[in-house]
Amino acid sequence: MAENVTPAQFPIPQHEDDHTRRDVIMIAAGGFAAVGFGLGLWPLLDQMNPDQSALSLATTEVDLSHLEAGQAITVMWRGKPIFIRHRTEKEIEAAKAVPVDDLIDPIARNANLPDTAPATDQNRAGKDREPWLVMIGICTHLGCIPKGQSPGDYKGNYGGWFCPCHGSQYDTAGRVRVGPAPQNMAIPPYAFLSDTKVKIG
Amino acid sequence: MAHPSSYEPTTGFEKWLDARLPVMRVMSDQFITFPTPRNLNYWWTFGGILVFMLISQIATGIVLAMHYIPAADRAFDSVEHIMRDVNWGWLLRYTHAVGASMFFLAAYIHTFRGLYYGSYKAPREILWILGVLILLLMIATAFMGYSLVWGQMSFWAVTVITNLFSSLDLVIPGLGTQLVQWIWGGFSVGGPTLTRLYSLHYLFPFIIAGVVVLHIWALHIPGNNNPTGIDVKSPRETLPFHPYYTMKDGFALVLFAILFALFVFYAPNTLGHPDNYIPANPLQTPQHIVPEWYFLPFYAILRAIPNKLFGAAGLIGAIVVLFFVPWLDTSRVRSTRYRPIYKWFFWAFVITCVALGYLGSQPPEGGYLILGRIFTAYYFLFFLLVMPVVGWIEKPKGLPGSITESVLGPQEAPPAAAPPRRQPEAAL
Repeated sequence: MAENVTPAQFPIPQHEDDHTRRDVIMIAAGGFAAVGFGLGLWPLLDQMNPDQSALSLATTEVDLSHLEAGQAITVMWRGKPIFIRHRTEKEIEAAKAVPVDDLIDPIARNANLPDTAPATDQNRAGKDREPWLVMIGICTHLGCIPKGQSPGDYKGNYGGWFCPCHGSQYDTAGRVRVGPAPQNMAIPPYAFLSDTKVKIG
Repeated sequence: MAHPSSYEPTTGFEKWLDARLPVMRVMSDQFITFPTPRNLNYWWTFGGILVFMLISQIATGIVLAMHYIPAADRAFDSVEHIMRDVNWGWLLRYTHAVGASMFFLAAYIHTFRGLYYGSYKAPREILWILGVLILLLMIATAFMGYSLVWGQMSFWAVTVITNLFSSLDLVIPGLGTQLVQWIWGGFSVGGPTLTRLYSLHYLFPFIIAGVVVLHIWALHIPGNNNPTGIDVKSPRETLPFHPYYTMKDGFALVLFAILFALFVFYAPNTLGHPDNYIPANPLQTPQHIVPEWYFLPFYAILRAIPNKLFGAAGLIGAIVVLFFVPWLDTSRVRSTRYRPIYKWFFWAFVITCVALGYLGSQPPEGGYLILGRIFTAYYFLFFLLVMPVVGWIEKPKGLPGSITESVLGPQEAPPAAAPPRRQPEAAL
């Protein structure tokens, strides 16, 4: 009967260290299999990241010579709208008058400055080019495009931009003043190549 | 599975097959002779309706995929090509688009039925969890399918919903942005996003079909719950699934199909949004972004919470909380029929879901926003407070002794002769 089978009837060579040896082999084999699985999985996941053609569209140059004070244009960079506003004296003064402590987001969010730079108007506007504001025109709440680029648009209570999706408002330096957006609109890496030409990216 | 097999192979081929792969036995035991409580009402017909809707969506979807082109510059035009040029294309597309709405209508009724009759309680917890998983997969599939039209609402729905993941930036800076760019395959929603949504939209229905098999398997171990919520006590309280419930489900399906057809043929665009007939424009957000009706309650919850991270958490939590219902409800009685206090909270919850649906379609300002917050609070309180506390303090009404007793009233003695097996309706 099966339950009466004893090891003596089926002599299997027993070694003292058998279990330890098997454990080591099992763990080593399992470990290698796990590493192999991970290596195999990575290309399947990484293929979804922005590809080389998306990365190669990473800079764009814009001619600003036709832009008068008070006007704004929207250009595309990496598939995103970039708001470029030539601000009036009044708009600059309004932005400068706000203490940083009063802001929802006190960080400049300027890719050209350190991450901790405070959201003063100076840190938001173009370097040594105060009238120019260049920023990614995407509401930091859920990615809608705020209104305020066209002359007829409602610009909110702070004269900047107003997001029609969930009612966020931005001031004339693109800083969020009324939520639910948590952050100021981001400023992309850019540099002025001349007085009338800016390179974004 | 849960009952002894009654399948008798008759022909030589059936015997040969049964010894090798007993598919006929499984079909016979699970879908013909399966003992089903004899007191199921019409709220129990939506499971069959949902199977029909899944098959309908897969069938129309596969043929639509033969004509649709998942490229950012051609997707919208290819949908119009289906509508105008492809033979029967208008019918196939409207059936698929309206079908999504009908699928959700049936799924929501099915879910509320499970909630009302306590179908999630032991021993049916796994059955319920698989059902919530199917609902979650349906939401993902419907969202991805809607994006494929590549109209204004499609595009901005994808933008807003994928941006929900960027709220993770508020937990670990950079993580959310990284994740969102991985989902997009770029720095904004675009062509790469569309092709991957298309690929996954084709895959997910088959995952749903797989989970549906597990869902039915988990149903057939304990058997159906029933309107009394008490267990089946004798085989006389059950009927074979065929023909009794195939006929009842079939009749309900015909009525449901009439409603479905009314929408497809007379109001195919009523449930949609006209802005989705405007091609996607990444530089202009529509004045009001509104999801399809079946997502409105969740959208209202998102907007009711004035904080990006918690808003996203509320949206996801509204579904995730359903997974825990079997353990949140502390009542020992399954059916709400016998729960005099809980009954009122249950119907208040149904009204809350409908109200959130209405509020989700309105602009988030003034009174709408305040009401949205009140109903959002009740939505979560119902699960987290009402379910555990009411189940604990409530004194349920007296349960009938058996399913038979609930139908025929208390019996002095069992009837002298059991009703003939062939006319059980006479007893009901």
